[in-house]
Amino acid sequence: MTTQSVSRFINVGERTNVTGSAMFKRLILEGDYETALDVARQQVENGAQVIDINMDEAMLDSVAAMTRFCNLIASEPDIARVPIMLDSSKWEVIEAGLKCVQGKAIVNSISLKEGEEQFLEHAKKLKRYGAAVVVMAFDEDGQAETREEKFRICKLAYDLLVGKIGFPPQDIIFDPNIFAVATGIEEHNNYAVAFIEATRDIKTHLPHAKVSGGLSNVSFSFRGNNPVREAMHSVFLYYAIQAGMDMAIVNAGQLAVYDDIPDELREAVEDVILNRRDDATERLLDLAPKYRGDGSKVEVETEEWRSWDVVKRLEHALIKGITTFIEEDTEAARQFYDRPLQVIEGPLMDGMNVVGDLFGAGKMFLPQVVKSARVMKQAVAYLNPYIEEEKEDGYTNGKVLMATVKGDVHDIGKNIVGVVLQCNNYEVIDLGVMVPCQKIIDTAIKEKVDIIGLSGLITPSLDEMVHVAKELTRQGLDLPLLIGGATTSRAHTAIKINPNYEHPVVYVPNASRSVSVVSNLLSDELRPNFMTQVAKEYETVIKQHQRKRDNTKFISFDKARANRFDGDWQNYIPPVPKKMGVHVWDSISLEDIRPFIDWTPYFLTWQLSGKYPSILKHEVVGEQAQKVFDDANDMIDQIIASGTVKAKAVFGLFPANSDEETIEVYKDESRTEIVTRLFNLRQQIQTRNNAPNYALGDFIAPKKSGLADYVGAFAVTAGFGVDELADKYLKEHDDYNNIMVKAVTDRLAEGLAEYLHHQVRKEYWGYAPDESLTNDDLIREKYQGIRPAPGYPACPEHTEKAKLWQLLDVENKIGMTLTESYAMWPGASVSGWYFSHPKSKYFAVSKIDLAQMQEYAELKGWDEQQAETWLGPNLE
Amino acid sequence: MTIKGDYRPDQSELLTSMLKQRVLFLDGAMGTMIQEYKFEEDDYRGERFKDWPTSVRGNNDLLVLTQPQVIKDIHIAYLEAGADIIETNSFNATVASMADYGMESLADEINFEAAKLAREACDQVATPDKPKFVAGVLGPTSKTTSISPDVNDPGFRNITFDALVADYTKATLALMAGGADLILVETIFDTLNAKAALYAVEVAFEEANHRLPIMISGTITDASGRTLSGQTTEAFYNSICHVNPISIGLNCALGPDLLRQYVDELSSFAECFVSVHPNAGLPNEFGEYDLDAQDMAEHIGEWAQSKLINIVGGCCGTTPEHIQAFVDVVSGQQPRTPRPAAALMRLSGLEAFNV
Repeated sequence: MTTQSVSRFINVGERTNVTGSAMFKRLILEGDYETALDVARQQVENGAQVIDINMDEAMLDSVAAMTRFCNLIASEPDIARVPIMLDSSKWEVIEAGLKCVQGKAIVNSISLKEGEEQFLEHAKKLKRYGAAVVVMAFDEDGQAETREEKFRICKLAYDLLVGKIGFPPQDIIFDPNIFAVATGIEEHNNYAVAFIEATRDIKTHLPHAKVSGGLSNVSFSFRGNNPVREAMHSVFLYYAIQAGMDMAIVNAGQLAVYDDIPDELREAVEDVILNRRDDATERLLDLAPKYRGDGSKVEVETEEWRSWDVVKRLEHALIKGITTFIEEDTEAARQFYDRPLQVIEGPLMDGMNVVGDLFGAGKMFLPQVVKSARVMKQAVAYLNPYIEEEKEDGYTNGKVLMATVKGDVHDIGKNIVGVVLQCNNYEVIDLGVMVPCQKIIDTAIKEKVDIIGLSGLITPSLDEMVHVAKELTRQGLDLPLLIGGATTSRAHTAIKINPNYEHPVVYVPNASRSVSVVSNLLSDELRPNFMTQVAKEYETVIKQHQRKRDNTKFISFDKARANRFDGDWQNYIPPVPKKMGVHVWDSISLEDIRPFIDWTPYFLTWQLSGKYPSILKHEVVGEQAQKVFDDANDMIDQIIASGTVKAKAVFGLFPANSDEETIEVYKDESRTEIVTRLFNLRQQIQTRNNAPNYALGDFIAPKKSGLADYVGAFAVTAGFGVDELADKYLKEHDDYNNIMVKAVTDRLAEGLAEYLHHQVRKEYWGYAPDESLTNDDLIREKYQGIRPAPGYPACPEHTEKAKLWQLLDVENKIGMTLTESYAMWPGASVSGWYFSHPKSKYFAVSKIDLAQMQEYAELKGWDEQQAETWLGPNLE
Repeated sequence: MTIKGDYRPDQSELLTSMLKQRVLFLDGAMGTMIQEYKFEEDDYRGERFKDWPTSVRGNNDLLVLTQPQVIKDIHIAYLEAGADIIETNSFNATVASMADYGMESLADEINFEAAKLAREACDQVATPDKPKFVAGVLGPTSKTTSISPDVNDPGFRNITFDALVADYTKATLALMAGGADLILVETIFDTLNAKAALYAVEVAFEEANHRLPIMISGTITDASGRTLSGQTTEAFYNSICHVNPISIGLNCALGPDLLRQYVDELSSFAECFVSVHPNAGLPNEFGEYDLDAQDMAEHIGEWAQSKLINIVGGCCGTTPEHIQAFVDVVSGQQPRTPRPAAALMRLSGLEAFNV
């Protein structure tokens, strides 16, 4: 059971019903409530999601019996965990039950049989008690038999309940009467069809209402022939569920698997249920004896499957939920395979996959799947001692906590992973199913586990896993997190879970992968490489996902343009730079820019993932991180002392206005002579929440606004002298310092860019003279304005960098150059544009369409091939 | 006695619009504040009950009759600390609970006077732009309809649903007559008791031909994450959301640290507003609550920041100082937005089952 909406069919256990079960009736009449409770417990264990309780028996004080039984159930948590269906034709019995049930129950049933007034009076009381209700298709003239009558009465009841007394429509369950078919009376032949069609009408026309029914009636004519009855139930459900039936009162243990019904029997049953031919009843009657439970075909079949090979036998047992021979067959399989684990990974998992497929196709029902799971568990339990035996004694490789997350009860996959890990010498703490987040965290801390594994099968579990990741972060844990289970995926893990937890989050696609994942994560040597590989995989799926999304959610260039960012130009005055023109810094002290270093990416260079400074205290990589951090600082000390590395910068602020996406940069304030035009691309993604489709030009006041606006440009480097130094290390066969010097100067160049931007905001442009932000704030880009770099997402087209070089005369002023593919030399360099608008922000242009490409190519004076070369990454 | 009084108008709309704008504040503990006065048996008795045959010390609800000024002063202290909604001192004013002192016949009068005192306090402090509300409190009673007091007979009960309905109906009418703006069914550890209370509230509304908004607050008793009667948070919600309350929340038993996960959970599905009034931590070995105003406000501030709550106050161990600290840390934060209605059939046993 899940706490989220389940789209699948719900089965209501029918055995705690004195009118339907002779045994239950005897127990109640004899006052043996103890044993009667066992009947209820078995129902829940067999997969009933709701239990029906009926005490309508002439020999019984039904009110007293209902009261006592409900009170007793309240002290049995195994039973009381599911909702109760209070089933009686007597109102006082229903009310007695409602007064003893703390949960929200279903009342079965009320109807228009006694007229509107009483119907509404009862419904009003039910609303006050807080119960859902089954409404029979029954009025003063009797039970509805035809499709039209069934729907007419249900609609009348619906309108009265919802319209007159405001009964919540989602709490109304119609029972449009399941009657027996194949009775030999011609008028009965269409009863099943009438129910199915009425169901379809109800689901179509009465919003949120549900449909239920008592299944066993339909096969009443075949009392004593259970195989035929089960086949009829199964076929009936198969079609009724397709029509929208939500729930039925069934004996969970007695349902045939639709696909397993022999062809000739299924066809005959379908003829009857669907009223497909006049002689359907006769034909089924002729066929029925062949399938009778005693000494006939079914029995023969039972014998037959025992002669199949062991793999087939295991599959059959799993699908049918037969535990009788499971140990015998598991033992046979164990003899056959080299290792006991292979029995699980082979035939048992294969069989469960078949079960999963049938369930997915609506050909098996939940109670049957629960029984299959039980067979699986028994088989695994049988194999466990053998698996234990294989393990070495003494030490374990590590401690793994496993849990199926809150709201989810599926644990087969998780249990298998547990077994696999155990037989590879890991200690496994299994918290079972429906495990609340806090319990996972508390146990992880208390038991000092090494890894947490989360499992789930249903979709809402995905959200719960995200929640767990967030809570791990909030509560400061650093253990690796494994994600597994049928609905989990690498994409979901990468996109939704991973960003919420800075420590490893690894998707484990199947049990066999779990050992390698865990051993990698717990090994200091293997982990960094492994995590890099995981990160790469995530990057790939994120890209794939992005691409998939891109295909579906793009708008035309015209529309994107119409949805441009609005700088509120009527009410906005752009800040005028305090120091216009081009400025050069050609002897920058590395000591000054050192405090502006963002260290986190530096650690990634060394394949150590984690945020600075917490990474230095990280349990696994902390020591290593501290070492490379110390070495980096030694290197900086050394290059500062020796003066071998030089940092330089050139930057400038210019009058500018925009024309659509293009930014025109002017020679002077007269704004008559254009020095250069900066071309930009516009986002065409279908944005959410009315977000605009950005282009960098949007952040500059349009020409026609009449406002005087400005744009800035910069190029900085901390790379002069680095090549020589790196070469020296290479010659000394010192790879470590060869990489180190490049990594460190890269950081210094970024730090310089940050420092320069800071100075520009405070002094040169001067629009934020009082800004006081910490380095952490700077890293988080909390300041006003942006400094996007050509070649990066907001302005992805690289050739525009040439204009920056031209505008600032970079090469002559400080000696930085561009390669033919527009890469900067020296390597440790950063360049970009400055925008001052308070709402300017970084964005990714992402995909553009042909129309925009053509217009852009025209501006650039490119032919088609050039356009495709330079815009390739942004085209489909 | 027959209780007469004018009912307050149904202010559901005003409350809803306020709740959409900001987090509202409940008051804190009444019992903790009363303890400060160190009342003895005679103080509880006053003149009127000086010859009462049983000891009445500890019957805090009786104080609305014998020490009305003290109760009113406490209300005013909370209102001045910033509480928007104050709770009447009527937690045990049911026939079922007053039986412990042989004071069953006083239940109506206590409810009426409790509401009246709170009303007077609110009217004294309220301004047109800062309305104040009286929540008429229906407590859980000392008996349970879901649990047998006799270990040898799990089917036995020492109170029935019908008896509770009769009891709560009278209490509700008295609270309404005394001037309650809302009805608050709180500290629910047995959901069936609460269902009886809510049934009674509907009966009372019908009898009075007048409705008031309803608040509901359950109690997760320990780290199992369940009510005393065994329900999970969502199962509890499913069992009582049928009365369309303005808010559903959690209070008592746990401090904010242990309560957070259940507030988080409730907040994730509740289609109405969410209220919380936690204890000031768990009681220490002296039965005192250790979390001071700042400690607690730190948690409450984080809840508000995470948009988990709409109404917040304190339960056992909290004081006006705590409420003041909550106001300081929460003011200016956006309130939680209720989940959009999903039209689910929300069934429950001890666990929730949504269809």
